[in-house]
Amino acid sequence: MSEPVKLIGCFGSPVVHRAELALRLKGVPYELITEDLNNKSELLLKHNPVHQKVPVLLHGDRPAICESLVIVEYVDEAFDGPPLMPADPLARAAVRFWASFMDKECRESMWMALWTDGEEQAGAISAAKANLTLIEGQLPDGKMFFGGDTIGFLDIAVSGIAHWMEIFEEIAGVRLLTEEEHPTLYRWAREYTANQTVRQCLPDRGRLLAALAPSRDIFVSIAKTMSAHK
Amino acid sequence: MAPEKNSSDLVLLDFWVSPFGQRVRIALAEKSLPYEYVEEDLAGKSDRLLQSNPVHKKTPVLLHGGKPVNESLIIVQYLEEAFPDTPSLLPADPYARAQARFWADYVDKKVYDCGARLWKLKGEPQAQARAEMLEILKTLETELGDKEFFGGEHGFGFVDAAFAPFTSWFQSYEKLGEFKVAEVAPKIAAWADRVGKRESVAKSLYSPDKVYDFIGVLKKKYGIE
Repeated sequence: MSEPVKLIGCFGSPVVHRAELALRLKGVPYELITEDLNNKSELLLKHNPVHQKVPVLLHGDRPAICESLVIVEYVDEAFDGPPLMPADPLARAAVRFWASFMDKECRESMWMALWTDGEEQAGAISAAKANLTLIEGQLPDGKMFFGGDTIGFLDIAVSGIAHWMEIFEEIAGVRLLTEEEHPTLYRWAREYTANQTVRQCLPDRGRLLAALAPSRDIFVSIAKTMSAHK
Repeated sequence: MAPEKNSSDLVLLDFWVSPFGQRVRIALAEKSLPYEYVEEDLAGKSDRLLQSNPVHKKTPVLLHGGKPVNESLIIVQYLEEAFPDTPSLLPADPYARAQARFWADYVDKKVYDCGARLWKLKGEPQAQARAEMLEILKTLETELGDKEFFGGEHGFGFVDAAFAPFTSWFQSYEKLGEFKVAEVAPKIAAWADRVGKRESVAKSLYSPDKVYDFIGVLKKKYGIE
């Protein structure tokens, strides 16, 4: 089966990275179509009318598959290659749980920790660090990755912590992930970003920093909105 | 909901009116899996619940041989994978599975929170929630199309189980938002009637009146009126 695979993405997105890495780990060739999210193309709006977001996977003539983690599970199931999900049902439930935790509580707490100030920020920093500890607890003893000896679904799901976190920390002037407080997670982040396959689809650090830094005010106002809705 | 003889060592920690718990009850019924149902008092959560779900401290929690599984859609997928010889809610084809996961995720992200804003808020924010609820229903209507179930060829499936519990909330949404599901999304209204008659759903859901009363209790608790 060699139907063409296309991935609609954009530069610097941690969720697009998830989809790209899944494809690369399974050895699936794909064409990357880069979107400018300030000027969304007809293609993107046609294929993801519901959320209008990237990534979007197009496999042959099939209608699009959207939502990064749905894409990752699809790629795992539809293509041959090393499995990304564990085999055992309980282990599968666990990685899905922690991936969902990453996308909800963890991401929210990190955002508030980075972009609020004063007392609110102090509380958010505590919460974010506690969440990092919970994620860190999922690393199997003596193993390099959440997936064990190789990168798996949960590594992919929490990859934002490995690369994007540090860049946001620099822009915000806040440290969340330190070697002292989270030694195993810190080491995981280094292993992850050094991995050969990961590096093929990881946005360049300098370019990412330059792209994100000007949006600091936007990040702060997003945090304000999130705060107001609590 | 009398406890049944439990030969598969399944325990469900749940809360009677929770649409999330009901998804799991529906899945268990579809698979004819016996289990022990445990009603949690959300005002006084049991140690077992707090230990089984220390991160969220929420129901539903499925215990299988004492091992916890959390998050309703994750639990349903777990049941699929741990009991592969039972009737399945997800199809075998990876593409169809991906679409089912996408739409179940959509229901998860949108319906409950938007509905909650309908009863929690007033004025302009409530009007926005109303508009959003109509859009959600219309989006789901488009996805359902002329299919009998969201599961399509597969029959009653993952997305049906994910969304069915909210059918008992439709009446409340209608009262709060002053609209009729049958007018806004007639196919969804017809689907709601169909799934409501399905045994697994009928025995898992409570009446719309009970749900509406429950919202009244929540409103009092949050000091809203």
